[in-house]
Amino acid sequence: MKIAFTTTGKGWDAQVDTRFGRAIGFFIFSEESKIEYYVSNEQNMNAMGGAGVQSAQNIINLKIDALVTGNMGPRAFQILNSAGIKIYLAEENLTIKEAYEAFKKNELKEVANPNVAGHWV
Amino acid sequence: MKISVASGKGGTGKTTFAVNFSLFLNNIKKNKIVLVDLDVEEPDCHIFLKHKNFKRKKCFREIPKVNEKCNLCGKCSEICEFNAIAVTNTKVIIFPDLCHSCYACIEMCPQKAFDIENIEMGEIHWGNIASNNFYFVEGKLKIGEVMAVPMIRQTKNFSAERFGENSYFIFDSPPGTSCPVIEATKESDFVVLVTEPTPFGLHDLKLAVETMRKLRKKFGVVINKAGIGDQSVSEYCYNEKISILGEIPYSREIAELYSQGKNIINLPSINKIFEKIHKNILSLL
Amino acid sequence: MKELVVISGKGGTGKTSLTASFAYLAGENTILADYDVDASDLHILLEPKIKKTYQFYGGKKANIIKEKCIGCAKCQEICRFDAVKNVDDKFEINKIDCEGCGYCYRICPTDAIEFKDNLSGEWYISKSRFSSTLIFAKLDIAEENSGKLVTEIKEVARNLANENNKDLLISDGAPGIGCPVIASLSNANYILIVTEPSLSGFHDLKRILELVKHFGYSAGCIINKYDINKKITKEIEIFSHNNELEIIGKIPYSDSFPKSLVLKQTVVEFDKSDIGKTVENCWGKLQSKL
Repeated sequence: MKIAFTTTGKGWDAQVDTRFGRAIGFFIFSEESKIEYYVSNEQNMNAMGGAGVQSAQNIINLKIDALVTGNMGPRAFQILNSAGIKIYLAEENLTIKEAYEAFKKNELKEVANPNVAGHWV
Repeated sequence: MKISVASGKGGTGKTTFAVNFSLFLNNIKKNKIVLVDLDVEEPDCHIFLKHKNFKRKKCFREIPKVNEKCNLCGKCSEICEFNAIAVTNTKVIIFPDLCHSCYACIEMCPQKAFDIENIEMGEIHWGNIASNNFYFVEGKLKIGEVMAVPMIRQTKNFSAERFGENSYFIFDSPPGTSCPVIEATKESDFVVLVTEPTPFGLHDLKLAVETMRKLRKKFGVVINKAGIGDQSVSEYCYNEKISILGEIPYSREIAELYSQGKNIINLPSINKIFEKIHKNILSLL
Repeated sequence: MKELVVISGKGGTGKTSLTASFAYLAGENTILADYDVDASDLHILLEPKIKKTYQFYGGKKANIIKEKCIGCAKCQEICRFDAVKNVDDKFEINKIDCEGCGYCYRICPTDAIEFKDNLSGEWYISKSRFSSTLIFAKLDIAEENSGKLVTEIKEVARNLANENNKDLLISDGAPGIGCPVIASLSNANYILIVTEPSLSGFHDLKRILELVKHFGYSAGCIINKYDINKKITKEIEIFSHNNELEIIGKIPYSDSFPKSLVLKQTVVEFDKSDIGKTVENCWGKLQSKL
């Protein structure tokens, strides 16, 4: 399984970014190959609107199976859901490592609906 | 002739001025007078016109709609600057509220896989008010629709086509200094900036003046609620060589008439002030 | 941390004067934010010292590099916003009209068009004269107010409040019913709508309440200048009762508002008797809502 975490920095000890659309970056980990890497999402910081759409598109293009983030708006949810990507919510202040451990123990809540309203629509 | 009425800040009396100035012109001019409410988020002019039987027309904007030629290549999502399109492994998802109708996706799609779809963004209402020569048009955005600029543009175009270029147009513009105000003032021959003599009024007037100068518009200032504050707006206009077209005094009577949706042009003292404002505008054109 | 957002739908109802009064009454342990980035006025009464200035980039704009332009007019043909002007057989983009779609930049055959982030305003972290922190912004004229700048300063204000253990964030909301006001509302604990008893005030109150309810916020309202039209005041009261909109207070018309403004004071500092007391009572009631 290839998992993406929204992250505020690099590596396993960085904190999960609770934002999705305007997350600073993604930490990607492939359980099969054990390959891990960081993808910047900063081109999205200056988006006028629809940052969640662009982030979701990035996740699709990275061929991710599961996403761990803090919040999910309606548009991003619609896109990821249609692509069959599973979405899990992590609490604030978790490191990527802690979030991954919680994920393995099935402790993260799977998102069945968007949990926040879009920012400006 | 096209005159826009604008203000940096809401609540200065922009709508009161636009409505009463239109009524004033209707009394003295032979031309068709067309009052156009372009404050499409919250059009309020109609409250002062007490007219019920408006004609209505739905307004649409064009967005892309994917057809069967699509092979999910993802180019449209890549080029859309407004993030209005996402492409998954099974379908293309379009978010109409983010689309600015630039046509880049439609015309650059390698498969020509887009058709055009019309979506409703609001309504234009119009009617003949009071006399044979006074007409009213308003654009009203649907709640939840966020694209004010195309709604303003369609309302303007509709008014021009319907009533002809020889009419005398008064545009009640939205408040502020961002895109919608530009759209509501950019083709006008003259812009009336309505302000009030307080520090808030002055601060926002300065922004409005900066906007008009950037657009290279001819403009002048009407000070509404004169007497409630201080002289700083007059001093500013004097120093910046901006014409003060007239001052409408504050009175409790006017505030009460306003609250009832009544007009003030029939007060003889106010009619005199409008005469002067009109004369001053003519001298600046 | 709780956030109170003050909005009005219609301008000129006294929203900013009241927000500034609440800021005074709340004292130094509060964070203040002005989401009216189009014409921010709260700072006029709070006379803050600016601590830090940040630049705000909103969207992108196209620009034609003259030397590379061969005058083929392709960009002008495809631009839906009439932003490309012909100047002596070379082309120029009018920045005010450019929507930032990037279509021209993508199809220019000689790569003569650059497409860059557009500096469209500034925002500030400052200290108000009540020693509280005020975050406010200035959007450049003729820029698009999409709500992005509002969202940005809201995030900063909320983070500052959380980091410094402040219990309260008081915000002056954006006007209208579009994106900026929707962005102003997000995550708020309570919305205060300031209205006035005029036909247009009532009309706009209904429209803005529809929006507030749509997003599921709880809200109350203050009827300012209530004695200007007692009949409409009564109608607003009935409407509020039927729509779960609590009346936080009614304030009579008073020239204390413009008079205090001229002195750059809040109305509670200027008028310690009637109006000041009424506004203080409103504040007391609001605190119990947070």
